[in-house]
Parts: sequence; C-alpha cells; structure tokens
Amino acid sequence: MTLVSLATPALLVFLFLSIGLWDKGRRGFVLAIRSLWLHRMRAFLSVLGIIIGTAAVIALMAFGEGSMQDALEDIRRMGANNIMVRSIKPTETANTSQRSWVAIYGLTFADFEKIATIPCISRMVPMRIFPQEARRGYRGVNSRVVATIPEFLDIHNLDVKIGRFINGDDDFHLRNVAVLGSKLASRLFSFEDPIGKEIQLGTFYYRVVGILKEHSQGGSIGSEDPNLDVIIPMNTAKVRFGEKIFQRTSGSRSAEKVDISQITLSVTDIDKVRPTGDIIRRILETHTKQDFTVSIPLDRLEEAERAKERYKLLLVLIASISLVVGGIGIMNIMLATVTERTREIGIRRALGAKQRDITLQFLIEAVVQTSLGGLLGIGLGLGMVLALPWITETFLATRLPSKVHFDSISWSLATAVGVGLIFGIYPSRRAALMDPIEALRHV
Amino acid sequence: MASVVRIEELEKTYILESVLVPALKGVTLEVEEGDFVALMGPSGSGKSTLLNLLGCLDRPTYGQYFLADQDIAHLDDDQLSEIRSRYLGFIFQQYNLLPQYTVVENIEIPLLYQGCKITDQTLERCEGLARLVGLGDRFDHRPMQLSGGQQQRVAIARALVNDPAVILADEPTGNLDSHTSDEIMNLLARLNDIGKTIIMVTHENEIASWAKRIIRMRDGLIESDVRNNELHSRSPGTISLPPEMLERLVQPQGFQQAGAN
Repeated sequence: MTLVSLATPALLVFLFLSIGLWDKGRRGFVLAIRSLWLHRMRAFLSVLGIIIGTAAVIALMAFGEGSMQDALEDIRRMGANNIMVRSIKPTETANTSQRSWVAIYGLTFADFEKIATIPCISRMVPMRIFPQEARRGYRGVNSRVVATIPEFLDIHNLDVKIGRFINGDDDFHLRNVAVLGSKLASRLFSFEDPIGKEIQLGTFYYRVVGILKEHSQGGSIGSEDPNLDVIIPMNTAKVRFGEKIFQRTSGSRSAEKVDISQITLSVTDIDKVRPTGDIIRRILETHTKQDFTVSIPLDRLEEAERAKERYKLLLVLIASISLVVGGIGIMNIMLATVTERTREIGIRRALGAKQRDITLQFLIEAVVQTSLGGLLGIGLGLGMVLALPWITETFLATRLPSKVHFDSISWSLATAVGVGLIFGIYPSRRAALMDPIEALRHV
Repeated sequence: MASVVRIEELEKTYILESVLVPALKGVTLEVEEGDFVALMGPSGSGKSTLLNLLGCLDRPTYGQYFLADQDIAHLDDDQLSEIRSRYLGFIFQQYNLLPQYTVVENIEIPLLYQGCKITDQTLERCEGLARLVGLGDRFDHRPMQLSGGQQQRVAIARALVNDPAVILADEPTGNLDSHTSDEIMNLLARLNDIGKTIIMVTHENEIASWAKRIIRMRDGLIESDVRNNELHSRSPGTISLPPEMLERLVQPQGFQQAGAN
C-alpha cells in the first residue's frame, strides 16, 4: 500500500512532465484544455460520474477509516493484554421452584481466588458495580458505584484530573472516600471545588478525594456513561452496602447478590491472552448457570480489523462500479466528440498528421478530462470530509470521526487516469482510422 | 525545367456495393516546377479523384506517381502523411482552419506534424507569412473573427509554411464573392510568379484564366491540355512586402526539405 501510494504520484508527475517536455505532447495538452474549454459544460457533465465516484470514495474511505480507528482505539484502550470476566444475569429459566426474591448469580470471591492461581496473570482487578443515586445536599444524580481496588486506574489506562485515586490504605481502613467521574463531579458541584467535600451514597457520606479525566470507555459494564461513575474502595463497599444490593423499580423490589461484577486481568504476554481465557472458562465451568462472560479485547481488535478490510473491499467494489459507469459516460461523449470533429480530423490528416498523432490527441484529451474530473472529485471529497463533521457536530451534536488516507487519494487519481486511458482508446482509434477524404468531406 | 509531378497511367477504381466504378482510367500527366495548372471538368469527370491522388490522400489502383522524383504510389499511410507534411500544401474551398487555434497557430500546424520544434524562429516565420498574406495585425484572432477572404489567406499562409513542392487548391474561391476571389487569385498568381508550383481545381473559366495551363477532364480521362494564352493580368498590391523579404519567407534556409529537386 505504501509503495503504491508513493509510486502513483511519482508516476503521474513523470507522465505529465514527459508530456510537458515533449513538444507534440505539450501541444496536445494545450489543445485538449482548449477543446474542453470550448465545450466546458459538456466536459463537466461527462466527467460528473467520475467526479462523484471519486468524491464518494474519498469521503467514505475517510469516514470509514475514522470510525474504524475510533473503535480500534477504544478496544486498544481496554488493553490488548487484558481479559475481562463479567457477571451477567442469567436468563430466567423455567425452574420456578428455585425462584426467590434474592437473585444470586455471578462471579464469587472463590472464583477470584481460583483465577488468581493462573501463573501468567500479572494483575487482577475485581469490581462491584451497582446503580446508586449520588447526593450532594438537595442535588441527586443517578450514578453507578464502582467498588474496586487501586490497580483499577492502571489496568484501564485512566488518569486522575484533580486530587488522587483511592489507595491501599483507604481500602484497608475501610475509609469512606470516593473518586468521581468528571461529568458526575460537574453535576454535583457546580460552583465549588469538590475535593474534600462530601457526597451521600445510600445512607453514608463519602469524602471526595479525586476526579477522573474524561474518558470514553472505562472497561465497566453496560452502555452507561462511565463519566458518571463514582469509585469507592472495595472493602468499604462490602461493609457499607452489605452483600446484597437492593433495587427498587416502580413499585416492585428486587435484590441481587453478586460478589464481583467484573474482573479485569492483565496477562504478562500477548501470546498467552487466549490460552489464559480458555483456562478461565474451564475454571468457571463449575457454575451451573451461564452467569458469566469472558471477553478478550484482542479478539475484538482482530475482528474489527477484519471488518475494516471487508469494508475497504466493499468500497473498492462500489468505486469500481461508479468509475466504470463514469468511464462509459466519457467514452460516449468522446465518440460524439470524434464524430463532431470529423472535419478537424480530416484537416489534420491532410496537413500531415499520422494516425498515431490523431490517436494521441484524443487520448490526451480523454486523460486530461478524467484527470481533471478526478482532481475535482478529490477536492469535493476532501470538502465533504471537512464539512460533514462540522455540520453533524453543530446541528446534530454527534461526532463524525474522519481520517483521510493518502492512499485513497493517489489511488483515485490513478484510477481516473486509467479510466481516461482505457475508455479513451476506442474513440481515439476510431478517429485515427477515419478515411481522410471522407473526413474532409464531412460537414 | 524539371517536372515536380509526374503521373503515369494512373487508374482509380472505387467499389460501390460490389460494383466497380472507374473514376480515373489511366491519366498521364507531368507538371513542371513553377507551373500554375487549372484542372477543370464537370462533376464526375475525375478531377477531385485526381486531386486526392495528387494530394496523397488516396492511393491509386494502378499506375505510378512521382512527386519530386520519389515514387509514392504505393507508400503506406504513415509515409503518405510524412509526404503530405513535407511536400504538399493544401488550400480548400471551405478554408478548413481549426477553430480552437489562432491565426499563427493555424499556420504552424504542418510544421508541428513534420516534427519541428516550435521555436522563436518558426514563430517568426509564421508571423512573417501572416504578414505576407496581409494579416499582419491579426496574429491572435480566431478563425471565427475573420471574414471568408481573410480565412482563405490564413489557409494560403498555412499552405506555404512547410515550403511545399506543390500547392494543391480545391476550388479556392468557391465560397467567396468576385471581388475577394480576385484578391485571392491575385495572391496565388503572385506566389506562382516567385516560383511556387500550383495545381488548382475549379469549374469557373474566369478563375481558370489566372492559370498558365488549363487541363480539362471528362469521364476519367484528360480531354484537353492547353497553355493559357490570355493570362489574367496581375494587379500589384496584394503582396506588399519587399521582394527580398518575400523570397526569404517563401523559401527560407532552415526549412528546405531534404531530397526535393
């Protein structure tokens, strides 16, 4: 890909330089520009297919690449060396006899100890995650409590914006301390510095010791905004909230007992990520219910990369269809032009033009036309790449990531030139093979 | 005087829907250097076919054609193109200038197909020729901006640029009024006076009277071939350049073709 992206512009520069330095070529080039200018509307309309095709490829490539890169970045932030084991609520099976109003499921502390015996694990971070309203005075925000240990920060590649993260002392001494997500902090504390202030979670008060930097993915469960999380020490949560989590939902009450919502673990070597995942699955086979998942970001990374390749292939397909259609348009107009300029061909032949001079003239015209079309298309595509994210951001408040690939630009240009060459050959040959006498007689 | 054009037993037969149509039935003709020939005859007499053959736009079915002592009856397409660009100048009834080009660029075309580099020298020559035919102030005009007479003058300048052995004119005044016709014919006659060989097809006796030799054709054969005893009088003034400059423009040093005469 990189070789092509360097070679193509070099080849184009060489092509145009050689045409420019060669007298007949330069003449043909100037003539092509003039002839096109004489019928600029027609020339524009006939390359419209190529313009739109090229623009579409450039823009789609850029947006596709951008969103892919975003997704890959997210996965990478979760860590390619990481494995996440999560508790999930098992689907309610038909055995109604076992139904109690406290649902017990998920990873247990025993599971944690067993997994910890795998030798190639370098770090393990357990988490308990449950919804809980965070209050400051009369303000309340629906947030999630993430009870965890200090290594949480490292394993998820997060940063503290102000203050500090929870530490081992906090955990050991069961301190009521909390670290807030950036959005939660700004919602609870509009006009004051949150550090050292207290918030209420459930029945107890917690002192805010730090605020996290804004981040898109904390590795925690669910699609909720991780910036609304409040992080407290694991052991503090165990003491303050107990082992069961009660939830009230519109008139009914339900309770859940989940020891650990998620375990994120790091493996020493990237080659050992998948075997470790398998071992964890084997360890957890003792669970009677399917109440856990083992997810490996590395798998998703590779899957996403494969998807990206497929997407590219699809784009190339679409692009080639649109360029073939554009090329046929060019050929059509070229044939009309050749017929219209039959007399000119006759005159040139009479004045000494060889067949190859005529071929060259019309071929140059076709290539100039499609190259200009390609350049316009690239311009339009880049314009779309610049304009569309701005439009979506200002009017729809969604981010549209984009990344222009240099490859896509040089490929489109090369294809435009190629289309001109391929679809220009037939009309040009037709022009050259005309009988000069007949051509001169043409009105 | 040496002959520039020599054709022997030239025959041309067209095939129209599997029927053989003979257009020329064995024409023998010699044209000397510096001659001015008018080809006349009714339509279908073969004069256009003869002119096409003389102009190397077509190949004879049978016979021989020597142009400047080279046998060119059976050359291939590229070689014929080469001959056209070096030894022949064309003047057409419809002027046949290229609309995209300016006056000077139109005059340049034969040089371009000769493989000449366009330099200051060639540019000077083209401008000189434009001046010669009386278009000194219209170098950058497009054909659309010129009158018929002016366009035909450009065509004449273009026919002179490669210093051809023969100038072939196909009804050069066919689209012009009588006054402009006289001007154009006077220009051609003056060029003939300074040594240019001209073969012209016409059907008007008035125009033919400018030529030194009148050949009448009928049914693909030469009917009569006579010297013109009542030569139309040349009026001075069309060629306004001094003779030595004229000489230089019409036969310049650098453009003498190799092997001619």
